This record gives sequence, C-alpha cells and structure tokens, in this order.
Amino acid sequence: MAGLTITEKIFSDHAKREVQAGEIVRVPIDMVIGNDITTPISIKAFRESGAKKLANPDGFAIVLDHYIPPKDIASANQAKISRDFAYEHNLKYFFDEKDMGIEHALLPEKGLVLPGDVIIGADSHTCTHGALGAFSTGMGSTDISFAIITGSNWFKVPESIKVNLVGKPGKHVYGKDIILELIRRIGVDGALYKALEFIGEGLQYLSMADRFSICNMAIEAGAKNGIIAVDDITKEYLAKVEKENNGLRAKPKFFYSDPDANYIQEITIELDKLSPVVAYPYLPENGRSIEEAVKDDIKIDQVMIGSCTNGRLEDLEIAAKILKGKKVARHTRMIVTPATQKIFLEAQERGYIKDLIEAGAVVSNPTCGACLGGYMGILGEGEKCVSTTNRNFVGRMGARSSEIYLANSAVAAASAIAGKIADPREIE
Amino acid sequence: MRGKVWKFGKNVDTDIIIAARYLNTSDPNELAKHIMEDADPDFTKKMQKGDIIVAGENFGCGSSREHAPIALKAAGIGAVIAPTFARIFYRNAFNMGLPIFELKEVDEINEGDIIKIDMDKGEVINETTGKSYKINPIPPFMQELVKAGGLIEFAKQENAAGENK
Repeated sequence: MAGLTITEKIFSDHAKREVQAGEIVRVPIDMVIGNDITTPISIKAFRESGAKKLANPDGFAIVLDHYIPPKDIASANQAKISRDFAYEHNLKYFFDEKDMGIEHALLPEKGLVLPGDVIIGADSHTCTHGALGAFSTGMGSTDISFAIITGSNWFKVPESIKVNLVGKPGKHVYGKDIILELIRRIGVDGALYKALEFIGEGLQYLSMADRFSICNMAIEAGAKNGIIAVDDITKEYLAKVEKENNGLRAKPKFFYSDPDANYIQEITIELDKLSPVVAYPYLPENGRSIEEAVKDDIKIDQVMIGSCTNGRLEDLEIAAKILKGKKVARHTRMIVTPATQKIFLEAQERGYIKDLIEAGAVVSNPTCGACLGGYMGILGEGEKCVSTTNRNFVGRMGARSSEIYLANSAVAAASAIAGKIADPREIE
Repeated sequence: MRGKVWKFGKNVDTDIIIAARYLNTSDPNELAKHIMEDADPDFTKKMQKGDIIVAGENFGCGSSREHAPIALKAAGIGAVIAPTFARIFYRNAFNMGLPIFELKEVDEINEGDIIKIDMDKGEVINETTGKSYKINPIPPFMQELVKAGGLIEFAKQENAAGENK
C-alpha cells in the first residue's frame, strides 16, 4: 500500500482512521472563520436551523475586515449582525476595529491557526493557512453554518499535485512570483479540486511571508488547498507567535508526506531561473516575466500594496526600502494597506510608514477594501493598476474597463516610482 | 425545467456573477439586480425567469461568496450548465438549491436555443437542434443531502435524532 500525503494524513488524524484521496469523510473542524460579508448568511442559517448554541464556540473566529470600518449604512448594518451574534454567544475570537486585520494575516499572527489543523473559512483565501502545515480551505456561508452547528463538516479528501521548488531565488523574486509562475503554467483551473503541496530544498529560502503568499493563491489555480509541511522556518515563526501571544490556541501537530505517497502530477519550479512575474488582465494565469512587461511600456495610474496575499510587514519593508528618498511618479498614486494593526505599528516603529508617506503613498487602515473593489482605492474607467493582491478579473477593483496587473511588492514599488511597470532590480 | 440559453465563456468568475461592490448587503432581491453585470451590463433586462446559463469550464471561480448562487437563483436563472465548476461554487450552488449540471458538449448549444433538463432521466434536450445529452450524475453523498432537503435540514434532522437518543 502506498504512503500518504500530508493532506491525507491530516484527514486520517481527524477521521481517526486511515483515509486516502477520493474518500468522503466527516471530520471535526479546529477553526471556522467568518467575515463581515459572509457571516450574516451563516448566522441566518444558524437561527433558521433552531440551534441555540455553537458546538465549539472557541473554534469560531469572526473577523470583520472586508468593509470595516463601514463604508456606508448597509455595511454598518451588515457588520452589526456579526457583532450582535459575537456578543450574544460570547465569542472569544471576535475581531473588529479594536484589533483589526485581514483574517488571513490576523489569525496566524494570533496563534489561532496551527499545524495539523483542519480549518474552514467563508472566504476563498482561507487556503492561506496551509503555509503552516494545516489543511485549510474556503467554503460558503451555509457550510460554515453547518460547521458551527455540528462542530464538523464533510470533505472529499483531495488528490495532490506535488510542486517541487528547487534552487535559490534571485533578488526580488518572492513567493508571489512562484505562485504566479505555477498558475501561468497550469491555468486557473489547473488544480481544480486538488491539493497543491509545495516541497523541496528551495523552501529553505522562503520566509513565512513568502509561503503565506504561495498558499494564499492556491485557489487561483482552482485548488482545494495549498500546503507546506513544517520545517525550521515554520517552527521559528511559531515560537515567535507563541511568545507574543503568551501561548498558542492548541498544541501544533506536525505531519509529513511519506516518500511513496501518491501524487497525480508533479511540477518542478526552478527558483534560480525565475524573474519577477506580472499577471496581466483579466486572469491570474496571464503571467509574463518582468522583462516582457517592461518592454510593453505600461503606464500605471495606481499602485496598491496590501491584501491577504501581500500586505505583510515584509511587503511594507520591501516597498519602503525601494521608495525611501524617492517619489511616486506625478501621474501615479499609491495606496498601502497594512494587513493588520500589528503590522501597521511595527512598520511605523521601523520607519517604513514615514518612508512610504514621504514618497507620496497614502497609508490606510487594515482592510480588504481595494482588493475586492470594495472601497479605499477604486479604479475609474480605463485606469491601470499594479497590485500586490490576488485577482485581476474584469471589474475586480472598480470600473469594468480598468486593468489590474498582479505583481510582488518590489515590482509594485518600482512601478510607482517609474509611473509604469518597472523592474525593481533596475531601480536600485 | 425548460428555458432559453444565455452563453458565456470559460472561467466565469464570482466577480462577474455578482461584483463585490454590491456585497454590502446579502438581500437576495438586491443582489439579483446586478448578476453578470460586468460581462453584460444589460443582462438582467434581457433575461427572463427560467432562462438557463450555459458556460465554459470552471464556472464560478474566485470567491467563496454564497451571494453568487443566491443572486442567480433570486434573479430567476433556472439552471447553470458547464463542463466543470469551481469547487466552492459547486458546493454553494448545492447548498442554495441552484440547479447546476456538468456537461461536456456545451459548444453544441447556442445562445437563444431552448433546452429542457430532465432531472429524472439525467438528460439535457436541446429542442432547437433536436440533440440530447447525458449529464454527469450527482455524487451519491450529495444526493443524500438533497434528499434531506439541504445541508441545514440535514443538520436539523441529525440534531433531532441526537436529542431522541
């Protein structure tokens, strides 16, 4: 009998029997996540079901992040539904303006999502947490409701695609470029229903920030989950999180794929041969190398650094170092949205915020805001934006005729200075 | 189930189905006013209740927003047919009771055709061309959920069974 993948092992652990890809399992959920947009529908279903209490109140985190602080009356009313529910059920993990952040940056920072967990969230980018060696996937509001009522949910254990990362990435090549390169190769449905497992010696060069970016965009290839097993870099990150929060939500459990585990496909990405990647409108699979993008001479109206993909301290650091003492081009504006309050504060203490503002950027509170065309950076007709976010669909950040070019934070910062898509390796 | 076909391409994403700028509410009737807006701003004026969307691979890719199947259903879309569906959308459509069907031969169906879906026989009949097609059956476990009346009903029945023990 063949060995098991890390994804199969996490499901086997939760199902208390050995399970393999293709099997349907009903397993307990360690952490359920909802936000201001998706939770109201879950709450409605919860109330209609006649349930009086949550199966596991400490396993449900509500993070208000998409339209928070509210942009209008409707979003304020919508937030109130989650807020009232959180107070009514005395939820331990409720985050709003008091301690805010984008859910997929905030929950790892708080030690609430951990290796070995099964995590579901009513947000497609819930796959981010797979970077910690957890099974983590997005679902709809009704599935989230089912999980808070019963404490469990059903899954079809996914087949896995092995992505081998080899070599050391060159300057200004980050996790974002690795995932954009993968999606360029396999397409936006190349991993439909599958697990994307990242493995290989190249991982030693990738920080947790890089790994979160990679797993975050697994959904952009249609994947059910992205996953990276725990190594020394993960352990170091967890130790820091444990110290900062005086503990973790639970004891982490480490799982590793067997050498003879089954994979339906294997892909190798040579990190040393990779250039920064820019994904052209209107799909994340439209990746081109930065060299090609520079040749295309694309004038940029807006640069956006933020989101659950690339709004971390490392992103602000990369941008601040490039922009320090320089100016954003006259016809370009730049928006920086730190992903959490903690990131904002640290960036402030390290002087990044000063560098960014002096260069001409506007720094906003943490929010999903501009990434989904919500608020705080909407694009007008025909405007072009270089964005560190995750989707460049038609109308995603505003007008139907606007264009989004997805890139890493260095490309974004360099493009802000040049006023057109630029190679950060040429600027310094 | 019978209706007129509206055709869309591959990778119809959830921002096309219902743009996030309208997600400051979850009121189905409000959401229904804006379906498919960024693909065709006049779509809601042109379509009629019971019409069927036929699209290419990976329909519903992108966000986990359940607002997408809710909005399509509230607008009166009778069913969606595509060769493949994005994973979260597939599950959400089920949970919301929006009928969706996997069919490889979508290229043989044209906009404006009248098609009939016979769920008992598992068939799509194109009345305009006279051709008929077998649709992929629903996975057995999901059939159980349908039988229970949906996921929340399933939870309720389970809960009731638990209380009786």
